Amino acid sequence: MRSTSALLYLSGVTVSFDGFKALNNLSLLVEPGEMRAIIGPNGAGKTTMMDVITGKTRPDEGEVVFDGKSDLTKLDEADIATLGIGRKFQKPTVFETHTVRDNLLLALSGIRSWYKLLLAAPTKAEKDRLDEILTIIRMTDQQHMLAARLSHGQKQWLEIGMLLAQDPKLLLVDEPVAGMTDVETETTAQVLREINRSHSVVVVEHDMSFVRALGVKVTVLHEGSMLAEGTLDQVSADPRVVEVYLGR
Amino acid sequence: MITRFLWQGMGPGLRLFTLLVLAVGILLPLANQLLPPTSPFHVPAWVLQLIGKYLCYALLALAVDLVWGFCGILSLGHGAFFALGGYCMGMYLMRQIGSRGVYGNPLLPDFMVFLNYKQLPWFWHGFDQFWFAAIMIVLVPSVLAFALGWFAFRSRVTGVYLSIITQAMTFALMLAFFRNDMGLGGNNGMTDFKEILGFPVQADGTRAALCFASAVALALGLVISAAIVGSRFGKALTAVRDAESRMRFLGYRVEGFKLFVFVLSAAMSGVAGALYVPQVGIINPSEFAPGNSIEAVLWVAVGGRGTLIGPVIGAFLVNFGKTWLTGALPEFWLFALGALFIVVTLLLPKGIMGLWGQIRDRSQARKAQGAKSGAEKARVPA
Repeated sequence: MRSTSALLYLSGVTVSFDGFKALNNLSLLVEPGEMRAIIGPNGAGKTTMMDVITGKTRPDEGEVVFDGKSDLTKLDEADIATLGIGRKFQKPTVFETHTVRDNLLLALSGIRSWYKLLLAAPTKAEKDRLDEILTIIRMTDQQHMLAARLSHGQKQWLEIGMLLAQDPKLLLVDEPVAGMTDVETETTAQVLREINRSHSVVVVEHDMSFVRALGVKVTVLHEGSMLAEGTLDQVSADPRVVEVYLGR
Repeated sequence: MITRFLWQGMGPGLRLFTLLVLAVGILLPLANQLLPPTSPFHVPAWVLQLIGKYLCYALLALAVDLVWGFCGILSLGHGAFFALGGYCMGMYLMRQIGSRGVYGNPLLPDFMVFLNYKQLPWFWHGFDQFWFAAIMIVLVPSVLAFALGWFAFRSRVTGVYLSIITQAMTFALMLAFFRNDMGLGGNNGMTDFKEILGFPVQADGTRAALCFASAVALALGLVISAAIVGSRFGKALTAVRDAESRMRFLGYRVEGFKLFVFVLSAAMSGVAGALYVPQVGIINPSEFAPGNSIEAVLWVAVGGRGTLIGPVIGAFLVNFGKTWLTGALPEFWLFALGALFIVVTLLLPKGIMGLWGQIRDRSQARKAQGAKSGAEKARVPA
């Protein structure tokens, strides 16, 4: 295992499903504090890459190193989450039968072992942190409402609150603006930039106008490998990228 | 700290219900013991036996609900844990017979003499002591549940696959216990019990005490379940039920949560089975029959899964119906059971406990509808 200053370091990662190479010798570096956008056509391996980083899928070959010291290929989802990698799914997933406040409590970084949770009461610090997050996401009035009764937009906000509560070093975001209006897309870009002030972020996205609004370094994936890297203008001028996206 | 832990999950409704269970367990036996048989309030011994049996079923239902209703593990094999607890109690009761058996052998139970056993099998040692049997009643189902859960949950076996495995487990145990060389009485099982803790099993006083003990066990089960469900562990548990992979990505190792409730639930089932056996006077391999486990799931569904009071109510109602129907129209019981399954699934997805919420939602919807059309009418003249 190489030592590196990068927050996330992927080198030569290969994943195959029944002979089909979902990831093919993929390498990627994300620096601390960076925000990175990953784009690519369907089947380029974006979701598989997220699965490898979060421990859901084990790579056949290659290195995945977090924070210069943790080999992610040896750890499971729970360990990796505890190290400080958070993941937001395309569809907002909140715990519907719990209240807004309990959703945040579950996400709050801290106790994770089942036997400690049996006897644990929320501490003063935890309560204060929950109040603080509720204020940030403007849901103090809804804190005792069941998450199932929230609107779609409120669920998105709650999920952002849960990510704040989890306080990861690296945040992986999967297609955050799928099915959103232009205004919502713009707001989400703002929120992500705000989160990026204190957290590193990797965003996977289809929507080019959203990627443009983020204004960050872009990595283009194609057939499981990196095709191009640079600013959005640079990569969209690359003839190989044009070919992949538009066909001949 | 323990008191706070035990008290945290007890809402006012559940407190009242637990007291009600205890009141039944105290008043019925007292009415049997203290009132003369001529009194209109005298409770005959057969009623005590019936209620005692239902209380054991209710504890089993509560155990099923703890894993199914709160953790989403649909076990179709909880009857196995119930039966194992029952067998442990049966072994103790067999050893208490001593030389009063038909063959008068002071050491070997009758069925062993009959099957030409020369000495007591190794796993029968210790069962002449009640304390040893009591430990085994909890330990044997727990160890089985731990072994099954350890492999199943670590391999991430969930949903219908897990249900099939639990069903196969109870079926395999049934076949094993039917064999005479298991040394546990084969298909006849164990019966002809004489004494429990020195008291005659058939006596009214013993029946009264057993009914009381069953009520106490159920009340304890309710308190412990409420404490677990009401703790932060319980919140995480229902979150695992609703979105397991989300919990993994939040950093929870969900296997530990599942394994703990599964083992606890198996132990509760074992206690229920152990209290059941002296009250019905027999334990045999048919208690492992897959149908029994499925019936237990139905009690929970009827009462309302994911609530603590529901399974108790469900177990009482369905078994009351069964007792009545198998007496009045014995050939219709299985049809009634099947119909009940369909009716509950279609009309009462949340069981009897959910009925109130269903009615309230409907009347609210109607009120909202009425208010809307009223508002429209009001607008017309303007």
